[in-house]
Amino acid sequence: MAVEQSTARGAEQTRIHNIGYRNYDGPRLGRAYARRSLYSQSLRGAYGLGRSVKSKVLPMLLFVVMCAPALIMVAVAVATKAKDLPVEYTRYAIIMQAIIGLYVASQAPQSVSRDLRFKTVPLYFSRPIETADYVRAKYAALASAMFILTAAPLLVLYVGALLAKLDFEHQTKGFAQALVSVALLSLLFAGISLVIAAATPRRGFGIAAVIAVLTISYGAVSTIQAIADAQSGDSNAIVWMGLFSPVTLIDGVQTAFLGATSSYPGGHGPSAAQGIVHLLVVLGLVAGSYGLLMRRYRKVGL
Amino acid sequence: MYDPTVARLTYRGLLGRRRALVLGALPVLLIVISGVVRALTGADDQVAHDVLGGFALATMVPIIGVIAGTGAIGPEIDDGSVVYLLAKPVKRPTIIFTKLIVAIAVTMAFSALPTFVAGMILNGNGQQIAVAYTVAALVASIAYAALFLLLGTVSRHAVVFGLVYALVWEALFGSLVSGARTLSVQQWALAVAHKVSDSSLVTSDVKLPTATVLLVVVTVAATWYAGRKLRTLTLAGEE
Repeated sequence: MAVEQSTARGAEQTRIHNIGYRNYDGPRLGRAYARRSLYSQSLRGAYGLGRSVKSKVLPMLLFVVMCAPALIMVAVAVATKAKDLPVEYTRYAIIMQAIIGLYVASQAPQSVSRDLRFKTVPLYFSRPIETADYVRAKYAALASAMFILTAAPLLVLYVGALLAKLDFEHQTKGFAQALVSVALLSLLFAGISLVIAAATPRRGFGIAAVIAVLTISYGAVSTIQAIADAQSGDSNAIVWMGLFSPVTLIDGVQTAFLGATSSYPGGHGPSAAQGIVHLLVVLGLVAGSYGLLMRRYRKVGL
Repeated sequence: MYDPTVARLTYRGLLGRRRALVLGALPVLLIVISGVVRALTGADDQVAHDVLGGFALATMVPIIGVIAGTGAIGPEIDDGSVVYLLAKPVKRPTIIFTKLIVAIAVTMAFSALPTFVAGMILNGNGQQIAVAYTVAALVASIAYAALFLLLGTVSRHAVVFGLVYALVWEALFGSLVSGARTLSVQQWALAVAHKVSDSSLVTSDVKLPTATVLLVVVTVAATWYAGRKLRTLTLAGEE
């Protein structure tokens, strides 16, 4: 009896009250806006902007370390009235590859791994954006961050070269060629490291894996190239070996098409045909990493 | 001082799933490279010295040390599950010591062993090169594991700092500034290897007594401080 009574009373009391929530009838900013926001937030995050002071330290430090040698070179060139800069524009990124590697290794996992670990990816996809938007925004953001990192010292060199009254035409050409090269490098490095970072929700492990792929492949390839150069001097073998690490790939492309001097051992550079293969491999890797990212995020966290 | 359960959990954390793949990929790559080089050049002591010194000891051992050393404790602190371990009646120094043993064992297994195999492939232990670099890798494993384990307890960015030390300090500054070489685990390990193997190709910039003292001091001090650090660990939230 008592039970019946209480349920009856319960049914009486169960009423949906209108407590005045309103519908949103303002403008809906839509998918493109969400994508742009994700892009700009990721780009800012890659330099620690909008995050804690602690997480600003590393990217900013690497940025400064990246630019410092350029400043010193410019200062030397201006002071000694040199005829040319001590280092070619295209060469700069190759020399500073350790810094670039550390930067991309530390920022790629921070961009994607935390979303995976805290399972926030499904929350993104509950908004109007889709897999392709997320992947494109993250990829574009990291590639832009890399481009800023690699192009800033070139800009310093270029401005310095103009201040030192070096030949305008020659400097502009070198600068433009180097910009194309670092743009390719940014796309390639960002793609490879995002694929690796997106495979693991552990940030630390992602960092180690990215750096291992970038450094070890370069170490392995340049060791074998050096030995091949010392033993046989067979330039074909040396050039084809260059296909197996990201840095030597970029080096090969810029040697073949962008007027750079090869940093392969013995100064062997790819011919035009070999350069095309290098370029195709670079573009293939970029497209491949985009495809892998799309596949990775198709069913993530659902 | 050694807790089998902690050791088992650490082993599982280090070698479980994909970690073992990356840890295993590096040694495999080293052995493949040795095979290629041997095929290209035949047995050559200088080449063997270059490959083992430049690739195995300078690049592979530190990276495996970073992965194993920080991986032994870093992820647990990172995701907060270390509190369940700390809440057990196990002494903090015991936890650190156990994890250190595991990290050393993993680093040795994945770096010293392949170094020896690669050395045998490269020149069949001519001039004791394979043995010398294996000893160096063994010694370096201990110091690296202790150092990076400490980093793992101190910083949330342990992997980055470990890599900065291994790649920028040892490789870059070590080749430019000779003074930096005195403070490099790699050189200390080489000093020991030089003494043990009596090989004329394997040389170090550091004298043996200095190297031994520094190795012992660094290992013991890092372990002790890591134990202290774990006693006063505060779990920070995500930045």
